[in-house]
Amino acid sequence: MAEKISGSEALMRSLLAEGVDTIFGYPGGAIMPIYDALYDHREEINHILTRHEQGAIHAAQGYARVTGKPGICFATSGPGATNLLTGIADAQIDSTPLVCITGQVTSPLLGTDAFQESDIVGMSMPVTKWNYQITRVEEIAGVVAKAFHVATTGRPGPVLIDIAKDVQFAMAEFEYHKCTKIRSYIPYWPINMEQVEAAAAAINKAKKPFLLIGHGIIISKAEEELKALIEKADIPAAWTLLGNSVLPPEHPLNMGMLGMHGHYGPNIKTNECDLLIAVGMRFDDRVTGKVSSYAKQAKIIHIEIDPSEIHKIIRADYPVLGDAKKVLNKLLPLVNEAKHEEWINEFRACHEIEFEKVIKKDLHKNNGKSTMGEVVRKVYEKTEGKAIVVTDVGQQQMIAARYSGFAQSRSFVTSGGLGTMGFGLPAAVGAQLGQPDRTVVTFVGDGGIQMTIQELGTIAQENIPVKIVILNNHFLGMVRQWQELFFEKRYSFTEIKSPDFVALANSYGISAKRITKSNELDDAVSEMLAHQGPFLLEVFVEKEDNVFPMVPAGSSVSDVILEKPEQ
Amino acid sequence: MKKEYNIMVYSENQIGLLNRITIIFTRRKVNIESLTVSESAIKGVSKFTIVVEETEELVQKIVKQIEKQVDVLKAFYHTNEELICQEVALYKVSTEDLVDSDKIENLIRKYNARILEVTREFTVIEKTGHKEETQEFFEALNQFRVLQFIRSGKIAITRLTTERLSEFLRERDRILSATD
Repeated sequence: MAEKISGSEALMRSLLAEGVDTIFGYPGGAIMPIYDALYDHREEINHILTRHEQGAIHAAQGYARVTGKPGICFATSGPGATNLLTGIADAQIDSTPLVCITGQVTSPLLGTDAFQESDIVGMSMPVTKWNYQITRVEEIAGVVAKAFHVATTGRPGPVLIDIAKDVQFAMAEFEYHKCTKIRSYIPYWPINMEQVEAAAAAINKAKKPFLLIGHGIIISKAEEELKALIEKADIPAAWTLLGNSVLPPEHPLNMGMLGMHGHYGPNIKTNECDLLIAVGMRFDDRVTGKVSSYAKQAKIIHIEIDPSEIHKIIRADYPVLGDAKKVLNKLLPLVNEAKHEEWINEFRACHEIEFEKVIKKDLHKNNGKSTMGEVVRKVYEKTEGKAIVVTDVGQQQMIAARYSGFAQSRSFVTSGGLGTMGFGLPAAVGAQLGQPDRTVVTFVGDGGIQMTIQELGTIAQENIPVKIVILNNHFLGMVRQWQELFFEKRYSFTEIKSPDFVALANSYGISAKRITKSNELDDAVSEMLAHQGPFLLEVFVEKEDNVFPMVPAGSSVSDVILEKPEQ
Repeated sequence: MKKEYNIMVYSENQIGLLNRITIIFTRRKVNIESLTVSESAIKGVSKFTIVVEETEELVQKIVKQIEKQVDVLKAFYHTNEELICQEVALYKVSTEDLVDSDKIENLIRKYNARILEVTREFTVIEKTGHKEETQEFFEALNQFRVLQFIRSGKIAITRLTTERLSEFLRERDRILSATD
């Protein structure tokens, strides 16, 4: 008879069989047997103790986004599990593969309001791709295998496995088989060549084609195929927030970012192109603005892996269901070489307008304090676009997206769909562990960092060399901007007092510096980047700077504004 | 235009899946008019019949979001015309009222209902049919005071000769094998 091992040990062996080497987590009563088993595997598995479960899950997301591998996190039952929910919801909407393991009260106590019991399976149901509660030790291997298959294939997403404590102790034989097939789940639908041919014909006919790069390009590793397509057919391209870093900034067909704070040209030209080619994206309202006046003049090709996204927001004339890489590979030979010089020049003309009205001011202000744009651009220049940039949510996020540039893909980590403040600092921890040889810089606001600032403790304990840049405007800047523009400057609870971030970082043993004038910026960024180990740089920026261009909520993308409207 | 649609869902028999499916309706604030779940002709496969009053466009979106659930095999939607539907209703009346005159007896004959059980106190009557029919019978019977009334969810089968799911499962096997 085969050897019997505990459920906890079975979980460890299952995780090892899936190639797991990094786990973010926080122990507690109902997951203690699992942590006890982890103790025997601490040479093979690097467990990072965060300071809060939300920190653990955002770190797992950062790890997943820069590696393409699933992020793993552990939490105990009750509050431990519920603290994961924000990160799970974030990962669901941003298609990030995660496997979350939660401890649960012993199975006889389920449903009795036992100590630290929460119905995490019920609560996480709307925000997980799949979840399951294990109440029999024999289920562990099969469920873990299914979880990894579901999390990482098709449109990726978070899964949660809840394991009752008695199951963690129970003994059973163990055998692990990777899951490659589930009868009820088709991650990759076969590509319909008729759809591809129709899309190719539309591209070949188009005079003013415009391609939108979504997160799906990165997820399916289709960057080269995408470049080949736009170069062959000479198609200008712009990216969604999560499609950032697919194209390097110097690529002649890279027209910038789409959406609410995207670039001027991509928004204006959305409503002037004759063909919109959307690849691996879902027409979020931050991209489309008012849907009823979005690209009405254009035919629309929607290449998308998730059948439920096709026609969900925008009715596609040429839907193509499938993985971006596979579809682009089939599409490429059918697309004719073309030139669209005049059309591309129209984008360039837009860029000149934007440069004069927005970019110049953002990057070259001549008074005392730095602008957010200056700081981001300085980091970009000094890292030669090779750094991984992680952001929080708000003004710094939009500025970081606009003024960074990336030499390689999978380098921009941000909370897109959910817009989770507090994401930046812990996500940077995960990104750094996922790519230990790269420089990881996180831009955070004075508001966002205080939501998860306890993770400075994790950074200090593990000596994770992330570079933290706080763009401090003493406000919840994006909300303040909306109050200024749309609520008659009624600054309702957006002024925020912060601790002395430098002293705080120092108290954790993290080196830190504060600058208050733009002439200190160059040296400070150099010092930060040269520093071995973590470093926090606080930059005082203008209190009431705004992010432009802006498509006001509910407006058409063609009504993008470049400056504050006259009152 | 809103009208009545019947959403048929075939799924693995998994705890919690009903919750996953109903969440899709509640998120969009769509009311479920009736819901029936039972094992289908294929062993281990559950079949949900969900009735909603909605626009076809929204029903299409809901069906795709249901199908996206990992443990769902397939979801379809049908108009009433495409289906053969049935519901069952139970009515409790006082036995005294029943024996007092032949009026209730005549209603039972007229509406093709039947008596399930008679006790000294009450009598339980059953009627199958479409909702309008069971409702009409209720109204007629209620002149004599219906003590209790219950109607089942709608069950339905398509006018097709085979279960669409069998066909679909074969297709699914082909796709899953091809993508190995």
